Amino acid sequence: MVLVAIIVYILIKVLPEIGWTFLSQSPSDMGRGGGILPTIVGTLLVTLLAVVIATPFGIGTAFYLAEYTRGGILTRIIRFSADSLAAIPSIVYGLFGFIFFVTQLGLGLSILSGGLTLAFMILPTLIRTAEEAILTVPQSYREVSFSLGATKWQTIIKVVFPSAMRGIVNGLILSVGRCIAETAAVVLTAGSALHMPKSVFSSVRTMAVHFYTLASEGISMPKAYGTAALLIILIFLINVVTNILVNRMAAKGR
Amino acid sequence: MRNSECGIKRNYKNMRSVIVILCVISVCLLSGCSRPQANVIVLGSTSVEPYAGKLAEIYAHIHPDREIDVQGGGSGVGIAAVESGIADIGMSSRALKEEEKEFIGWEKEIAKDGLAIIVHPDNPVSDLTLEEIRGIYTMEVTNWSQLPGGDDAPIHIITREEGSGTRSAFEELVMGKGVWITQKAMVQSSNGAVRQIVSGDKNAIGFISLGLVEIGEKPVKALALNGVAATRENIENGSYELSRPFLFVALTEPDGPAKQFVEYVLSPEGQQILIAEGFIRGADAAP
Amino acid sequence: MRKFKEKLSGRVFFALAFSSISALALITVFILIKGLPIIGKIGLSEFFGMTWAPVSQNKFGIFPMIVGTVSVTLGAALIGVPIGICCSIFLAEYAPAAVRNIFRPAIQLLAGIPSVVYGFWGLIFIVPLIREYLGGPGLSILAGAIILAIMILPTVISISEVSLLSLPRQYKEGALALGMTHWQTIKSVLLPSAKSGIVAAVILGIGRAVGETMAVILVLGNAPALPASLKDSVRTLTTNIGIEMGYASGDHQEALFATGIVLFIIIMILNSTAQYVTRKKH
Repeated sequence: MVLVAIIVYILIKVLPEIGWTFLSQSPSDMGRGGGILPTIVGTLLVTLLAVVIATPFGIGTAFYLAEYTRGGILTRIIRFSADSLAAIPSIVYGLFGFIFFVTQLGLGLSILSGGLTLAFMILPTLIRTAEEAILTVPQSYREVSFSLGATKWQTIIKVVFPSAMRGIVNGLILSVGRCIAETAAVVLTAGSALHMPKSVFSSVRTMAVHFYTLASEGISMPKAYGTAALLIILIFLINVVTNILVNRMAAKGR
Repeated sequence: MRNSECGIKRNYKNMRSVIVILCVISVCLLSGCSRPQANVIVLGSTSVEPYAGKLAEIYAHIHPDREIDVQGGGSGVGIAAVESGIADIGMSSRALKEEEKEFIGWEKEIAKDGLAIIVHPDNPVSDLTLEEIRGIYTMEVTNWSQLPGGDDAPIHIITREEGSGTRSAFEELVMGKGVWITQKAMVQSSNGAVRQIVSGDKNAIGFISLGLVEIGEKPVKALALNGVAATRENIENGSYELSRPFLFVALTEPDGPAKQFVEYVLSPEGQQILIAEGFIRGADAAP
Repeated sequence: MRKFKEKLSGRVFFALAFSSISALALITVFILIKGLPIIGKIGLSEFFGMTWAPVSQNKFGIFPMIVGTVSVTLGAALIGVPIGICCSIFLAEYAPAAVRNIFRPAIQLLAGIPSVVYGFWGLIFIVPLIREYLGGPGLSILAGAIILAIMILPTVISISEVSLLSLPRQYKEGALALGMTHWQTIKSVLLPSAKSGIVAAVILGIGRAVGETMAVILVLGNAPALPASLKDSVRTLTTNIGIEMGYASGDHQEALFATGIVLFIIIMILNSTAQYVTRKKH
């Protein structure tokens, strides 16, 4: 199929390019030479920050919606807004982050601004996937737990949460993937500085942004292919790990 | 039943360790939250950014204790960032407007940049007049055969986006007041992207920094203007008309590390790096 | 103590929910506040006007960008949806388990690949092809539509496949028992019953196409003018923001926020339609 052709095409172009130097060195001469280490670090930091910020809020909100409300009109409105916001183009989040975090809050083009913007971006998806997962936990589990004298909090944390784990983790990994692959929102908020970040206020260039710059400006095609391949490999690994994790959890739950 | 309970419990334990790890990580991140003092932020024109970045890279080798943070955004954003205090130094790739001069109290021309009109190397056209270029960008001329030596092929016009310093320099130097670039022109958002498209399309025309003509994987050809080649010498002696200043701007004269960086850029050593990239010595360069 | 914990946990959940909901509200309100004034200032007819030249001529008409978005998205749907549905029928009805087990993770992986990678592939592969064989600059509606068609495939395939697989077995068994061939069963029983799921898949795919930015910046050419043919360059609403945000200030910046509002509304409409369609089924 066409799709597979794309991947194979890119992978063939790059295999000679990726080596230890490519992974472990800083780029020089605007990305024409050296490796891409700072962009790998940048990608990981921005993604980590986004996930660390968004996860408690996302999961907390999901529990609140699923366990503490009774599906009234307000819940429905929240659900619909979360669904809509999950589908809003990432560039709109970038626009918001650029003016709100970068300019108005004065955080500058930085890891912090980028991470916060991405946290906002993945929050709706996190809420909805976690809520779906919680809602699929059979009502009887809760009833049994209550009848054994457990409180609501105990039920949630000991019964519902573990049973919904699989779905929640799935949503989480989906969000991690989105963060890694994101370009539009990150270039406006985390900037494109090509050096090792010193603190969360440093600007970084993520791998996706680096690839975009190299490719659109024709700076170095081999390095662009290398970055793209590494991105694809990363996403592939995440997919594999998720599948294994999910399968294992399913096996354990049985 | 017992079995599943066991599984749930184990999962819960796993989850607890995950939460602990997440907490530790976030504490680590937060502890990095104090802004380092020696950080100089230079922000603005994407035309200047790569070279200021290169200068900063080399400067950092000489003074490893200083961090010079160079970021893009555009001339307008750079000037606004200086005004709001986000940046210590703004970079502009065009002369300041009157209203900007009201609050910008300090400016230095670090280099001059030529504006090159570029086509594909296989394009037989190699010399145009300003009027002809204007004709192309207003779509009065739409086919290369209407120009001296041109093939019979439609012209694909490439321009920069609204707000770009390179575009406003082009509008000022080529189009003139009240004459607009056609809406049908294709828009790319960086010098490199314009160059990339022109290098791959035999019928395309675009404009970029002179310094970038030679930089890239595939070649492009810079057109001569009224018979004058687009070279550094011709800009320095004034015979090639399309040039613009690269400026460093600030509200007041910078001091401390920012001042030292500016001094480095204007020093013979810093100027040599800019000249090697294809630019022309700035008017404010140290003798 | 236990009661306290109970109360506290409820409060904590409420606080978390409240803050994330206010965060989401913040984005919406912020974009409205930033974008609405300029629409008020220049008027709706000017805002949906034909000329976009925010700096040079002070004109903020986004109509060409709406046409751009619609044409590219429609093109993507015309190419991507039939292929996607055929794929999902193949996977759900014909493919042996082994094939399915390879295809499913592959599709999942494709959905996760950064969009710029698709765009780049289009730029170095599709664009020169169009330039060579069809003429024009190659950066065109057609190139954008092809790239987006590929990008929406995973969404369309996976959701329609799920809706085909979730049909009760009896539908198929009944039809086959009545002497229908496999293809007749698919055509006149399975597809109509799974219609709502498939339509939802298509709408979600379209939503993805409308929202895509970086991939299309690379292959559309981004001219803010009305296209005359498929070979012409256009600019979409998303690329309008993506390409100009870095430099914008003042009215120009507000006009980009206003573009964001229009995108917001389009996505809301698509989303409500998808929800309406799926709910009608139940």
